[in-house]
Amino acid sequence: MDALILHRLHFAFTVTYHYLFPQLTMGLALLIVVLKTVALVRHNERYNEAARFWAKIFAINFLIGVVTGIPMEFQFGTNWAQFARITGGVIGQPLAMEGVFSFFLESAFLGLFLFGEKRLSPWAHWGSALLVFVGSWISGFFIIVTNAWMQHPVAYSVLPNGSFEITSFWGLLMNPWALIQYSHNMSGAVITGAFVMCSVGAFYLLENRFTEHARISVRVGVIAGAIACVIQIFPTGDMHGRYLAKHQPASIAAMEGLFSSQAGAPMVLMGQPDEATQSIDNPIVINDLLSFLIYGTTRAEVRGLDQFPRDQWPSPLPLLFYAYHIMAGLGTYFAALMLLEVFLLWRGKLFETRWALWPLLLSFPLPYIANTAGWMTAEIGRQPWLVYGLIRTSDGYSKNVSPGNTLFTLLGFMGMYTVLSILFVILVYRTVGEGPSTGDRPHGTKVTPLTVA
Amino acid sequence: MGFIWFWIVAVMLTAYVVLDGFDLGVGILHPLLSRTEHDRQIMFRSIGPVWDGNEVWLLAGGGTLYFAFPALYASAFSGFYLALMIVLWLIILRGASIELRMHIDDRLWRSFFDSLFFLSSLLLAVFFGAALANVIRGVPLRADGYFFLPLWSNWRVGPEPGILDWYTVIGGMVALVALAIHGALYLAVKTEGELQARARAFVRRIWVVLIAITVVSLIATIAVRSDTLTNYYSYPVAFVIPAAVLASLGGMFYFCRRDADRKAFTSSCVYLVSMMVGAAVSQYPRLLSSSSYLGHDLTVQNSISGPYTLRVGLVWWTVGMVLAIIYFAVIYRMFRGKVTLDGGGYGH
Repeated sequence: MDALILHRLHFAFTVTYHYLFPQLTMGLALLIVVLKTVALVRHNERYNEAARFWAKIFAINFLIGVVTGIPMEFQFGTNWAQFARITGGVIGQPLAMEGVFSFFLESAFLGLFLFGEKRLSPWAHWGSALLVFVGSWISGFFIIVTNAWMQHPVAYSVLPNGSFEITSFWGLLMNPWALIQYSHNMSGAVITGAFVMCSVGAFYLLENRFTEHARISVRVGVIAGAIACVIQIFPTGDMHGRYLAKHQPASIAAMEGLFSSQAGAPMVLMGQPDEATQSIDNPIVINDLLSFLIYGTTRAEVRGLDQFPRDQWPSPLPLLFYAYHIMAGLGTYFAALMLLEVFLLWRGKLFETRWALWPLLLSFPLPYIANTAGWMTAEIGRQPWLVYGLIRTSDGYSKNVSPGNTLFTLLGFMGMYTVLSILFVILVYRTVGEGPSTGDRPHGTKVTPLTVA
Repeated sequence: MGFIWFWIVAVMLTAYVVLDGFDLGVGILHPLLSRTEHDRQIMFRSIGPVWDGNEVWLLAGGGTLYFAFPALYASAFSGFYLALMIVLWLIILRGASIELRMHIDDRLWRSFFDSLFFLSSLLLAVFFGAALANVIRGVPLRADGYFFLPLWSNWRVGPEPGILDWYTVIGGMVALVALAIHGALYLAVKTEGELQARARAFVRRIWVVLIAITVVSLIATIAVRSDTLTNYYSYPVAFVIPAAVLASLGGMFYFCRRDADRKAFTSSCVYLVSMMVGAAVSQYPRLLSSSSYLGHDLTVQNSISGPYTLRVGLVWWTVGMVLAIIYFAVIYRMFRGKVTLDGGGYGH
């Protein structure tokens, strides 16, 4: 197998698996702070119980996120050595800052948050939850800054030895691409958190267990979810699309399946791109919509793939097309569903409306798919560049690592992550089955005291 | 600037060895010192609130290395590819074993994670020791600054060595014994009763092995790298470091015999710091030496980032470290004293 493909698969697999966990960590961290804030402000112990329940899920999820995150930082060196060597002066900066500013904070206060409730005052415990939230969101920011520089390099110069150096610290951190991408990404994480919360809540409501607790989860989840789903589309998704059209025109043409430039470009809702014939099979389109969304007028000309040399087309192109359409399609569904649910909540009917609880129960995997598809859109869209316009992906990987070694470790990671998945599912399944540890428990078991042999 | 960043990275990695060292040590000793489920839980709880933070020193140190010396990061991480990947897998398994064990009260579930915790801690200690020994011994660096080492070749120290050879295995053994003792002394501080007595007895028995293997490793190092002592001859004041190694070895034994656990643990910290600093002194300004003496060494000068990058870095690094030290002070204060299993402590 081709060394380049294997190194790409290696990173793609490990990062895709990894990001299944931080998206929930970051989303849930915010929602737990909301729960604890309501508990404190309204003196409502129920919200504290809900926070304690979600902290259990959070802890398991956080751990898997941490241990699968460590390989990411190392893979820049192991699998992408040439890239790491010349860009370390730029992206080494946010990556090192993530360690120094976020990991220390998270690791210190997670322990206090999870195990210090009895030792701390309510406000101090709230503070530790807040710091865990802040730590996880700072971590996300530094990663986005790193990725944004690869998508849209700014504030850099090239040293005599060919390596890159930053010219402005704040220019790097405040890369406009990073700010747009960060807001889009974080509302995506909140959507995952909200859907997971709603799903467990809807499950209890439909089963008629822990109903008081479940109402809190559904209420907080639906409100946060509705807000995040709207932000996801407008303004963040919209801004991201326009910025992309301006700075990565080949990517947006490939995402939309626009092979030839045209005024009044249509938006393809569904279809199968065929690179050989440069057309879309079985297209379902809305005329003029793409021109309107990008330029605000239906007559504007949108550049198609024919404007770009073949060796600058993103690859694999069909996967990019599907990833983008899956993301956008699911995003639309999320907004529609959450607005409906919030309407029912406002009318006071949600908790009794079983047909409305079912989609909440079943939809929790979809934000994971949408977030993954979103990242695939960003990362495949950037191809064939590792740093857009500056370094080709084919020039960045570790030439001294043989394909045999890369495949060996790729298979190793697959095995390792299969084991982690099984452990994760067992523990979350049990935690959800046991439910919150106090209150209206019909037939739950008491939390097992520590056995002393 | 190169001098400063060399020592910043060295200090962060040393902090990692001293801090994560004791929780690795607790893992190595886990099956050895525990008799009952009670002991096992006490051992997990003694490191529970702090192990994750300790491990962050490795990540933050690695990130800082990447940022300050990208050429070294790229070369070493790809060249030691397989060993690094194995280390990553061990770190994953170890983290999982510590955090997931308590979630289910079932003998099989728990003994599975006990074994995982022991094995991953033991192998990590050996790999970290061997890694340091690889850096000291040198690797077959090519003119383009890259190399690739198999896990082992013929076990000899030559121009084409493996990651594991007789010399690096000695390095691994030093780390294994030193961290086991470090962990035992930490347990002596944090526990009471029989477990504490067993931890102390372990140190008294194994102490002599540490002395022997430390001396062997120092002699082997001078034999493998003839230029080990160059910096020491240029700055004879540096000989205070090997003296500190010997003094701290003595201190460990002396204080452990008198049940002065805190002082014994401090001696062990001094031992690890002196070993790390001693190695760093002999390396400077080399970061990764060429095993063939062809002059392809990666040095502070030829691996360092640009000047503006490093100036900015010094500002945020200082701020970040002050914060990190405050967090550590809070956490260690919060969970100070002997570990117990009753409420309010660290448990699930």
